[in-house]
Amino acid sequence: METINWHSFFFLLFAAVAAAMAAAVVVSGNIVRMAFYLVVSLGAVAGLFFLAGADFLGAVQLMVYVGGTMVLLVFGVMLTARGPFISMQTGGGQWVMAVVVGGALLAVLLQTAFSVGSSARPRQVEHTPPAATAPASTTTRLGLGLLGVRVDRLAEDGQDEILQQGMSGYLLPFEIVSVHLLVVLIGAAFLARAKRKAEGGGRRAEG
Amino acid sequence: MAEYLSQYLNPQWQWLAYVAASLVHVGLLLTMALAAAAISIWLERKVSARIQDRLGPTRVGGRFGWLQPPADGIKLLCKEDIIPTAADRLLFRTAPYISFCAAFGVFLALPFADGWAALQFDSAVFFFLAVAGLEVFGVILGGYASGSKYSLYGAIREAAQVISYEVPMALCVVIPVMIAGTMDLVAIGNQQAGWFTNWYVFHDPFTFVTFWVYVTCAVAHVNRAPFDLPEAESELVAGFMTEYSGFRWVIFFMAEYAAMFAVSGLAAILFLGGWNGPIPVTHWLGLSYNVHPLAGYLGNLLGMCNFIFKCFAGVTFMIWLRWTLPRLRIDQVMTTCLKYCIPLAAAMFLGAMLWVYAFPDGVILREKSAPRAAAGNLQPPVALSGR
Repeated sequence: METINWHSFFFLLFAAVAAAMAAAVVVSGNIVRMAFYLVVSLGAVAGLFFLAGADFLGAVQLMVYVGGTMVLLVFGVMLTARGPFISMQTGGGQWVMAVVVGGALLAVLLQTAFSVGSSARPRQVEHTPPAATAPASTTTRLGLGLLGVRVDRLAEDGQDEILQQGMSGYLLPFEIVSVHLLVVLIGAAFLARAKRKAEGGGRRAEG
Repeated sequence: MAEYLSQYLNPQWQWLAYVAASLVHVGLLLTMALAAAAISIWLERKVSARIQDRLGPTRVGGRFGWLQPPADGIKLLCKEDIIPTAADRLLFRTAPYISFCAAFGVFLALPFADGWAALQFDSAVFFFLAVAGLEVFGVILGGYASGSKYSLYGAIREAAQVISYEVPMALCVVIPVMIAGTMDLVAIGNQQAGWFTNWYVFHDPFTFVTFWVYVTCAVAHVNRAPFDLPEAESELVAGFMTEYSGFRWVIFFMAEYAAMFAVSGLAAILFLGGWNGPIPVTHWLGLSYNVHPLAGYLGNLLGMCNFIFKCFAGVTFMIWLRWTLPRLRIDQVMTTCLKYCIPLAAAMFLGAMLWVYAFPDGVILREKSAPRAAAGNLQPPVALSGR
């Protein structure tokens, strides 16, 4: 009996769930159910990341994508709460546009996927299942990389030089982007806020 | 553990070792989560009774009503399972399991003693926060799918509350992580070994305040009173759980109590020394893996008792709060979060950062070389250290 490759088994399982739920998002007509399927699909992708030993990326996927979709779900609930379970109607033109855009992306992705030579695929080492024995030090290396340390060359000699000759790091761009996003968020909240008249009477007395 | 088991198996049966290891881990954790929930429910009944000058359960299973949780469980299993006609049946059925999976998934990253974690990995704290945040998802779905106004109100309140409180909670969690210099929960726990003055809650004044901000946010995060607006009994019948009965209701409840235990566990590890007692008794007794594997095992066992005691102390504190404080209004909940918790957490973050910069070795009675601080590279030989 040949050994069952559990890594492949779980990869196929998570991939199948992700793909099936992504298809369900398209097929379903109910906004909240769509959001639910989307969350399951994204969660399955997070499972793929965990399976690949990228635990930090998996947690990011859960935090950012699944959490973000949750907000989408809340909006879906709020928008459709007027009537019970309103379904969305998609017109024919929208279908055509969606198929063209999606098909183009799929074609590019497929070509990229098949253009990777078999030599570039990771070689399977005997009796060492990849996820089970992967070194658990992803976060530290990611943090060092953010600061501009060439983590991939830490093992070599002359570490001090490597620390300096490396890139300037992603910390500053990262901070600029985060502050930018924060500004956008606060601006959106300010714009969406209900306008109140300044000259009295606009405010109700709250008991 | 899988590596240990696979020594005794033929190469072609290696997979069996992994299956057995994962089954043991999951079984232990599930027992832990469910037992914690059952004991918390008993505790809730007894503590609330004492606070209200009653006795609580006294007859079911002996003097203290020990068997009350199983009796409750049997009663709830026998109840009629109702799905409202207006409900979205698929989502209505799925929602409780999502909540429970999120509450239970958190336990994967929670270490119970030095190295006794189902998954010991570098980004455990981040994983904990990410998975704990998913619990709200089941609540929103359940509230929406019930097809009832009360449920929907509860769900929207839950969404507003939990998503807001995640921000200050994450800020509070970052502070011990910054002091420890790692997100590995086992390493964070080991760094607080020794006397209780090594606990991060006593590290500096800022972490002490942070701990209480964390407690506030954690109580809000698991929807306990005074932040139990999603299930406010006096306003919304039972909030998002209005239409649930029988077993699905039990699952929601289990999820809530398991989340309480998990959040207390995170507080215990990040601020209260984890499995390290207030007095380094295990160090004096020489219960360490450096001495003998069996001694290390005993030390870990004591540490686990310590940790579970701290978790239940946290749960008891939440119960005490629930039966003492009145419920907040939704605007007060939001004010507490946005105007007090977030600025406070941010200020404490800044202060703790400056403190660590100014006094890298700590100030208050902090032993320079904690007894087991160097134990990070000494993995316990076999037991439960499996990744």
